[in-house]
Amino acid sequence: MQDNIILAGVGGQGILSIAAVLAMGALSRGLYVKQSEVHGMSQRGGAVQSHIRISDKEIQSVLIPKGHANAIISVEPMEALRYVPWLNKEGWLVTNSEPYKIPEYPDLEDLKVELERFSNHIILDAGKLAKKAGNKRAANMVVLGAASPFLSLGEDAIIEGIKTIFSPKGTRMVELNMDAFNYGKEIAIKQVK
Amino acid sequence: MKNPNIKLLLGDEAVGQAGLDAGISGFYGYPGTPSTEIITYVQRAKISKERSIHTKWSVNEKTAMEEALGMSYAGKRSMVTMKHVGLNVAADAFINSAISGVNGGLVIAVADDPSMHSSQNEQDSRFYGKFAMIPVMEPSTQQEAYDMTRYAFDLSEKVKLPVLLRLTTRLAHSRSGVITGEPKDQNKLNPPDDTHRFILLPSNAKGRYASLVDMQPELVEISENSKYNKFLPGTDSSLGIIASGIGYTYLMDNYLENKNPYPTIKINQYPLPKKMIRELFQQCDKILIIEEGYPVIEELLRNNIFDDGKVIGKLSGDLPRTGELNSDIVAKALGMKIVDDLSIPDIVKGRPPAMCVGCGHRDLYDELNFLTKEIGKRRVFADIGCYTLGALPPYEAIDTCIDMGASITMAKGAADAGIFPAIAVIGDSTFTHSGITGLLDAVNENSPITVLISDNYTTAMTGGQDTAATGRIAEICRGLGVEEEHLKLIVPLKKNMEKNIEIIKNEINYQGVSVIIAQRECVKFYKKM
Ligand code: SF4
Repeated sequence: MQDNIILAGVGGQGILSIAAVLAMGALSRGLYVKQSEVHGMSQRGGAVQSHIRISDKEIQSVLIPKGHANAIISVEPMEALRYVPWLNKEGWLVTNSEPYKIPEYPDLEDLKVELERFSNHIILDAGKLAKKAGNKRAANMVVLGAASPFLSLGEDAIIEGIKTIFSPKGTRMVELNMDAFNYGKEIAIKQVK
Repeated sequence: MKNPNIKLLLGDEAVGQAGLDAGISGFYGYPGTPSTEIITYVQRAKISKERSIHTKWSVNEKTAMEEALGMSYAGKRSMVTMKHVGLNVAADAFINSAISGVNGGLVIAVADDPSMHSSQNEQDSRFYGKFAMIPVMEPSTQQEAYDMTRYAFDLSEKVKLPVLLRLTTRLAHSRSGVITGEPKDQNKLNPPDDTHRFILLPSNAKGRYASLVDMQPELVEISENSKYNKFLPGTDSSLGIIASGIGYTYLMDNYLENKNPYPTIKINQYPLPKKMIRELFQQCDKILIIEEGYPVIEELLRNNIFDDGKVIGKLSGDLPRTGELNSDIVAKALGMKIVDDLSIPDIVKGRPPAMCVGCGHRDLYDELNFLTKEIGKRRVFADIGCYTLGALPPYEAIDTCIDMGASITMAKGAADAGIFPAIAVIGDSTFTHSGITGLLDAVNENSPITVLISDNYTTAMTGGQDTAATGRIAEICRGLGVEEEHLKLIVPLKKNMEKNIEIIKNEINYQGVSVIIAQRECVKFYKKM
């Protein structure tokens, strides 16, 4: 069993929460996990990414070699493309469609074309679904939900991760993030069909 | 199933947890990426309160180092944490602590930042370890970061020397499951009887230095026998490999399916284990050195004058001389194929970091830039913090950023040379770190400089740590002798722009030291107290 996942987004979009959920989920199943984070200067609105590797065997490098990620999970569409050199041929590209703009931001249609070039892709409006769940900030859990069918780490383990990470903030937070996760998952299942 | 003693920890946090479990009485440090999370972790830990462990931030790395040495003098265990460039600040105390030696265990945890994710250079702290002639530990994994930190305290008390623990960004800022052990009791107060060794008068220091030199063979022997340096036999002696720290994980990542055929030494403790290395040299035709950071081991082992090509690595060009390693880079050096068929699509644009919307630094730079139109070219000597991002468009408001505190002093030197106007921009935390002494220099000569202290009540760049002089900056400036009529307070808000520009302009025109404190809380981290 092995997952090599790249999480992508902009500083402040909740990449580290996705990473924490996956890592806690993996630990709850007695699996090995290594996960990189970005702290410091880039967190100020810069591009941030996290590599997360989960395996039933011991993991060496925390960084995923190029062409070896089975999923890119991104909270921002242009950021998803920044890491495609790491995606393997059968890998999944799962991204929020809502842009976080900068002055030279690409044309949205061009961006869509570029994203759809990948046969295995899920593009969804995560912010909208998160709002439906109760808080726009839960867009990170929506994209995680949308990616969940394609990960080796089972859904139960991920849900356990969500509970572990959000329960200190109260049951309402757990429910909200669970809803966000489920909305994302449903869309992904629909899109694949 | 889940091991109950397993915790998901950053490398930094593993070091903090190990310190707690090693019976530490005091953590000292100054925030700096990628080392900050050692102390923020122990500040949150319950045991810190229960055991009254010191975890407050120090004013800078030098004061931290000396405070930790004081605690060690008293017989208790202490740790100092900092980023690599922080060790430059602490270097005086650091090097001399090796001459005096320690009493309670003292570990200096330094996090290097190869690839300069959040730093101005790639300096390698292992050089400092060699310079001070003390043992250095360089873990490869988060688990080892925990285990080796605990070991480092025992070693420090055994050899009566400080021990340097070297981390690098990827280790410090990656999480993994870490199995922790039983916490040890704290040391009792036990000041030394042989106080002479702590009085480094030349007459004492000569003896101390000689014994440090005499001790070196013993340190090598400890490294030879340490479980943290391993000789791993191989079947193919055309190549031997020496891999240290996180470099070892990048090597082994390439041998997940097949066994590594080459005899390999995994290095996690310095000074280098000579016997092991001699054996590798005898067995193998070529030696590849894989190390994160500078080519420290490679330089020691290769024959630089009559290079016979036996030792390869960063200096031979087999590995890149700058930047971080990864398993792809190592694979190439091993002659393996890597997957590299997709590139980043052209439509992806760079997304550099920027100051937050609503940040007071932005308004301050707007005011400065507005003034440029009026007074023409001005030089702005800036410093280290979020406001360094004022170098990037759309502001492009600063001209220098060298090291902590260099804004005021460089402005003074430039003013000495005749540059006018010379403006310094410095944050509150950087000001207390090492701006104060420079301001005193300027006051003593009434140098024509204008110092803008952007006071946001926090150490924002590293995540919002307390600062040493919140609410007391003006008082400090007064105490240093800044004239009352040239000490101004402004609030950098849009609505005050006109007023502020007027104040800044007047102070720039004053032919002496003026200080303008721009006060506005950081919108991201300032916690109402
Ligand atoms: S973290 Fe604070 S000081 Fe830094 S850019 Fe944001 S608001 Fe400004």
